[in-house]
Amino acid sequence: MDNFSILIGGQAGFGIDKAGSIIASILNQLGYRLYVYRDYPSIIRGGHTFSIIRASRKRIATHQNKIDFLLALNQDTVSFHRQRLKDNSVIIYDSDVAKLEAEPTTIKAIEVPLTKIIKEEKAAEVMRNTCLIGAFCKIAGIEWNVIENVLRKNIAKDIDLNLKVAQRGYNEVAEVTKIERISQSSLPLLTGNEAISLGLIKAGLKTYIAYPMTPSSPILHFLAGLAEDFGLKVIHPESEIGVVLMALGFTYAGEKVAVGTSGGGFCLMAEGLSFAGMAELPLVIIVGQRPGPSTGLPTYSAQTELHFVQNAGQGEFPRFIVAPGDAEEAYYWSAMALNIAWKYQIPAFILSDKNLGEGTFNFDMDAIEGIKEEGAILWDGKSPYKRYLVTENGVSPLAFVPEKEAIIKVNSYEHDEFGITTEDPQITNMMQEKRLRKGEYILEELKEYKTVNIYGNKNSSIALLCWGSNKGLCVEAAENLSLKVIQPIVLSPFPNEEFKEAIKGAKKLICVENNATGQLGRLISSYGFKVDEKILKYDGRPFALDELEDRLNAYLKKVL
Amino acid sequence: MELKGLATYAKNTWCPGCGNFAILNAIKAVLSELNTEGYPLEKFVLVSGIGCHAKIVDYLNLNSFYSIHGRVVPVAEGIKLADPNLKVIGFAGDGDAYGEGIEHLIFAAKRNIDITMIIHNNRVYGLTTGQYTPTSPLGFKGRSTPQGTVELPINPLELMLASGATFLARGTSHGIELLKKIFKQAILHKGFALVDVLQVCVTYFNMYEYYDKRVYELTNHRISDYQQALTKIREWDYNNDLQIGLGVFYKKDSSTFEENFITKRVKIDRDLKIRKLLKEA
Repeated sequence: MDNFSILIGGQAGFGIDKAGSIIASILNQLGYRLYVYRDYPSIIRGGHTFSIIRASRKRIATHQNKIDFLLALNQDTVSFHRQRLKDNSVIIYDSDVAKLEAEPTTIKAIEVPLTKIIKEEKAAEVMRNTCLIGAFCKIAGIEWNVIENVLRKNIAKDIDLNLKVAQRGYNEVAEVTKIERISQSSLPLLTGNEAISLGLIKAGLKTYIAYPMTPSSPILHFLAGLAEDFGLKVIHPESEIGVVLMALGFTYAGEKVAVGTSGGGFCLMAEGLSFAGMAELPLVIIVGQRPGPSTGLPTYSAQTELHFVQNAGQGEFPRFIVAPGDAEEAYYWSAMALNIAWKYQIPAFILSDKNLGEGTFNFDMDAIEGIKEEGAILWDGKSPYKRYLVTENGVSPLAFVPEKEAIIKVNSYEHDEFGITTEDPQITNMMQEKRLRKGEYILEELKEYKTVNIYGNKNSSIALLCWGSNKGLCVEAAENLSLKVIQPIVLSPFPNEEFKEAIKGAKKLICVENNATGQLGRLISSYGFKVDEKILKYDGRPFALDELEDRLNAYLKKVL
Repeated sequence: MELKGLATYAKNTWCPGCGNFAILNAIKAVLSELNTEGYPLEKFVLVSGIGCHAKIVDYLNLNSFYSIHGRVVPVAEGIKLADPNLKVIGFAGDGDAYGEGIEHLIFAAKRNIDITMIIHNNRVYGLTTGQYTPTSPLGFKGRSTPQGTVELPINPLELMLASGATFLARGTSHGIELLKKIFKQAILHKGFALVDVLQVCVTYFNMYEYYDKRVYELTNHRISDYQQALTKIREWDYNNDLQIGLGVFYKKDSSTFEENFITKRVKIDRDLKIRKLLKEA
C-alpha cells in the first residue's frame, strides 16, 4: 500500500486526537510520510470528533475523502463515515457499542469487544483507544515492538496498563493485510503551530504573549511548555488588547516578541497594530484563520482574513504578510517574519489557519534553506540619538532602554525625529514618506527569496492559484492532472514582479481558496491580474484531494 | 535641536492654570531628587495615554512611550517585564485609566506588578472638549449629557483596593509639596502603586475652590491597615460633598508579579535544542 488513509472517530473526550497522533507515529516509524487532519466540534465532551491519518510513500500535505481503514469507537463514527469506504476497506469497531449497517460484502468488518476488554482489565474507558490501536496494528500486519515503542514514547500515565490493553486488542484479531515497512528514514512529525513556534525561536523570539483562541491556542501551550527550557517568557494577559500593547512594551525595551490569535482576537488588536505602524515598533502577529463572521465555526478552518490583515488599522503604513503552506514553510517564514519585523521596524503577520496550525506534517529540517537570527539596525552611539532619524530606506537605527547616552521616545502621535509630537505639515509629510519607504526596500530585499512558488507541470497553460494551507492539496492535484500551481507566500508587500513572472504561460488561472469570495483572486486583481475560475469551499472543512480533483475535472471538461 | 536638562524644546500647550503643571513640576522635582540619590535617569521610562495629561512626556527629557487612549497600563507592564530593573511610571487621565482602559488597571493591581500609575483625574474629558468621565459627579452637565448624567461616579481607590493594589494615594494639583512626597513614595514602592491626583481642568470643570474647601491631609492613619484604608477611601465617594482625604491610604509589602514570574534567562544553543526536540517529534 503506497497511499492509504485511516479514520478514527468517537466522541470528544474519547482520546481521538491522541490516538490519531499515535497511529501517525507508528506509521512514521515504518517510513511513511504523513498528514493528519483533525476534525472536532467546539465542545469538551460529546459530539463527534475524528482524525484522518493519511500515509504515503511520498511527501503529502492533504487528506483524501476515501479511506482504507475505519476505526470506530462509537455508532456515529460508523454511520457518519461509511460513505467514505472503498470496496475493500476495513472497519474495526467496538462491537459492544456499535452495530454495522448492511455493508457491501467486499468490506471487511472486524469486531472487537473493546468495552468488555477494558472492563476485564479494570482500565479507564478512555483506554479503548489504545485497545483499538492494538487491534488495528495486528490487522495491518504491524509488529508489536513498533507499537510498544511508540506507546512508551507517547503515553506517560499508566503506560503498563495501556500496553496491556493494547496487547489485548492486538491478540484479539488476526492479520488481514500488510502495511509494509518502507526503506526511508522517518521524519519528525510537527503541527503547523509547532513549526511556527520553532521558527520564531530560531530567529530569536524571547517572549510570546497571547489570549487563548482557537486555532492559535496550541502555540501558547507549546511555547509555555518550552518556556523554561528555552528561556522564554510566555504570558497570557487579560485580553487581546492587553496582549498587543504589552507586546509593544517588550519591543520598546528591545525584546523580540510575538503574539498569536484568530480573527476575532485580531479585531481587538487593530488599534495596537496601527500604533506599531506609527511608532515603528517591530511586532509579529500570528493570525490563525477560522470561519466567520463573528464566532463562526470556532474549531474549523477558513482563509477569510487576507484582506482584514492587509487593511486592518487606521492610517497607511507598511506591513509584512506571509502565508506559509506546510510545516517547513511555517518554520522558515516565521523566522523570516521576525527578522523582517526587526530589520524594518514594522508589524509582520504569519497568516495561518486551522488546517495548517493543527494539521500534522512531516518536517525535514535539511530541506530548509539556512535561516538565522537577524538583528535590528542599531544606533552607533555617536551622534545625538534620534529615535525617528530620517534615512534613505526609512529605517532609523534603534537604541533600547536603559541607554546612558540616549533618550528614547516613541510616540503614537505624528512626531519629529526625536519622537516629540508635531502637527507640522512638512514634518508630517516627511515622516509619512519615511515610513512608507520601508515597504519599497523590503520588496527589494525579498527579491533574494522565493516569494512566489511554482509547482506541478510548469508548462501547463492552466494554473492553480493558491495560498497557505491549500498548497499541499493543489500541488498533489496538479501533479495528478498535469497542471501548474502558483503559490505566493509573501502577500504584503506584494511581490508583483515575481508573480508576473510566475504566471507567464498560464492562459487560465483558477484560484482555489477556503473562502466564499476568492480573496487572493481579489488581491491579484488590484495588481492587474485576473482569475478565470474560482474553486471555493467555505463550509469550514478543508478540500480533500479527491474532492478538488473532481471539481477540477468538471472544470477542465467544460473548457477543454 | 538638542534636548537639555529635564525639559524639552516642546512648546507647552496646556491652558494657563491647568492642574497638569503641578504634576509636571512635582514629577520633575522627584525624578531630579531620585537622580541625586543615585537612580540613573536612563532607568526611568514614562508612559502616557491620550488626552491633555499625555503631553507630559513631550515636556520631559526622559525615555518615554506616548501610547494610546486607555493603554498605558499594558505598555508599562510589558516594559517592566522585559526589564525588571527599569522604573516604569505611567501617566493616564481618568477617562483613559478608569474608562477605556479599566480592565488593564484591575489586572495590573491584581498582579501587583511593580509599576507606578499617576492618574490625572480632572473628572472631565478636556481634549475632546468637555464630556463626563467615570469619576464625574452625578448630574454632571457635559456636552454629551446636557441634561446631566444619570449615573454615579466610581470610586477608583476603592476599586483598586479591592483589585489588589498595594499602594494607594490621593493628591491635588493645589498641593505640590504633598504631591512630591506621594510621588516619591509611590515610585519607591515595590509593587503596583496608584496615585489619584485631583487635577483641575480650569476650562471644563474648575474645581479648585470646591477641593480647597474640603481637602485635608490624613493623620493618625495606619496605612498598613486594610480596613482603615477602606473606611478612609469610602469617606468621599467622588459624589458626596464631604471632606476629601489626601495622602497615602494604603501600603502593603507583597511579592510582585515579575518576582514570581519565571524570568530565568538561560544561555542555550537554540539550534541544538531545536534539533533535540525534533528527534523526539
